[in-house]
Amino acid sequence: MTTVRAEPSPHRGPGAASDVPESRRRSPELPAPRGELSGAVIDSLRHGGGPLPQSAPEHADAYGDDLQLALYVLYELHYQGFAGVDEDREWDPELLVLRRSLEQRFLMALRADATGPESAEEAIAGLLTEPVGYDGTSVSHHLQRDGELWQVREYAALRSLYHLKEADPHAWVIPRLHGRAKAAMVAVEFDEFGAGRPEDIHARLFADLMADLGLDTSYGHHLDAAPAEALVVVNLMSLFGLHRALRGALVGHFAAVEITSSPGSRRLAAALRRVGAGPAAQRFYDEHVEADAVHEQVVRRDVVGGLLAAEPALDADIAFGVHATGFVEDRLAAHILDAWRAGRSALTAPAA
Amino acid sequence: MPSSAESVPGSAEPVPASAERPRERPRRVTVDREGPLLVEGPVEVVCDDGSVAVSDRFTVAICTCRRSRTYPWCDTSHRRRTRPDTANAPGPGTEDTEDTEDTEDKKNAGVTSTPRQTKEEPPS
Repeated sequence: MTTVRAEPSPHRGPGAASDVPESRRRSPELPAPRGELSGAVIDSLRHGGGPLPQSAPEHADAYGDDLQLALYVLYELHYQGFAGVDEDREWDPELLVLRRSLEQRFLMALRADATGPESAEEAIAGLLTEPVGYDGTSVSHHLQRDGELWQVREYAALRSLYHLKEADPHAWVIPRLHGRAKAAMVAVEFDEFGAGRPEDIHARLFADLMADLGLDTSYGHHLDAAPAEALVVVNLMSLFGLHRALRGALVGHFAAVEITSSPGSRRLAAALRRVGAGPAAQRFYDEHVEADAVHEQVVRRDVVGGLLAAEPALDADIAFGVHATGFVEDRLAAHILDAWRAGRSALTAPAA
Repeated sequence: MPSSAESVPGSAEPVPASAERPRERPRRVTVDREGPLLVEGPVEVVCDDGSVAVSDRFTVAICTCRRSRTYPWCDTSHRRRTRPDTANAPGPGTEDTEDTEDTEDKKNAGVTSTPRQTKEEPPS
């Protein structure tokens, strides 16, 4: 969106599009398997069929690499698919049977672990404060104060799993809403999708940021390097987005993201300036400081408020969506900071 | 012959403004005592130094607490502050002494020790 202070618009006009190639022009290659479940799914997709387990084995870790990668690959069929995989596999009943089992394991674990006040108002109130000074558990605080360029690049590579399809999983909730909640949700999504300008689509701004940092911007490129904690974050959105029964949780998730994004984006914009990233990299987070300050208000007032007015029985589900988002984000932050503080990469392969 | 500023001899009869352009609905402004002013966009905001801030966003959030670093736009600086170290500790919040980045904010914001949750979020 154009926002200037008595100066020409900083955004690119028509014909001045960036040189960064469209990241979603092609479907990505299938990733490397991380165990028996993900191996079976990937094999089945690669060979056009084959034996698949009908459920997750007892010992499978709900948040582990194998289950989460299997789920991630199954969900990806609903977004961009994979090179060489028949698009009809999206609705292959055998894949859906397995997906259902994996989702139930994931959802059960989340319901057990992501707890808190069971009203949306209380859950959201817990997000409406900011820490004074340095928060040692926050990646954006770390990057702003101490972040090094390689860490900023790793963070962008990890986040690219979501940001290259930013706001897409949330669009699935639109047909499940009506009235005030729907109008407000669509208004925010319109903003996320560039308000009619392809060069302003937030996923596009993120590709520009990655290019500024010298990262490969092609969709799915960084999947093999992403730890399970990063897969969980994206799978949560796909799980909530694809199930009408979880529309309350999806709205709670969206509210949590929009409320916490603005201050985090300010710190990340500062981090990018400090490590000398280019203007496109800074613009992504600068845009989010301001956009999400607006989105927060609209989502709280009209998306959450509108849904609660229409379907008061969803109160606890909205709260669950807020808590689940905090839970998976905190796990990812702990993974990243533990690795960096030990001098290790937070990725499973170098960022490139 | 009637005479008025709008009726010049030889010209067409004046037409009401509403016939010259589509009738616009009133622009909605939403107030919140603890948050920014929400105004349907696009807007131009003239600041006290004469600069003009322009936004064509569907709605803009205009800062009313005067703490925003992107003034006149809200950047959520109106939020209450908590000390992360004491977030889960019992008892009242204490005066902070270790602020590094938010020096200006802490002068104005009420510092409390209410629990907070999510540490990190992607922008959306």
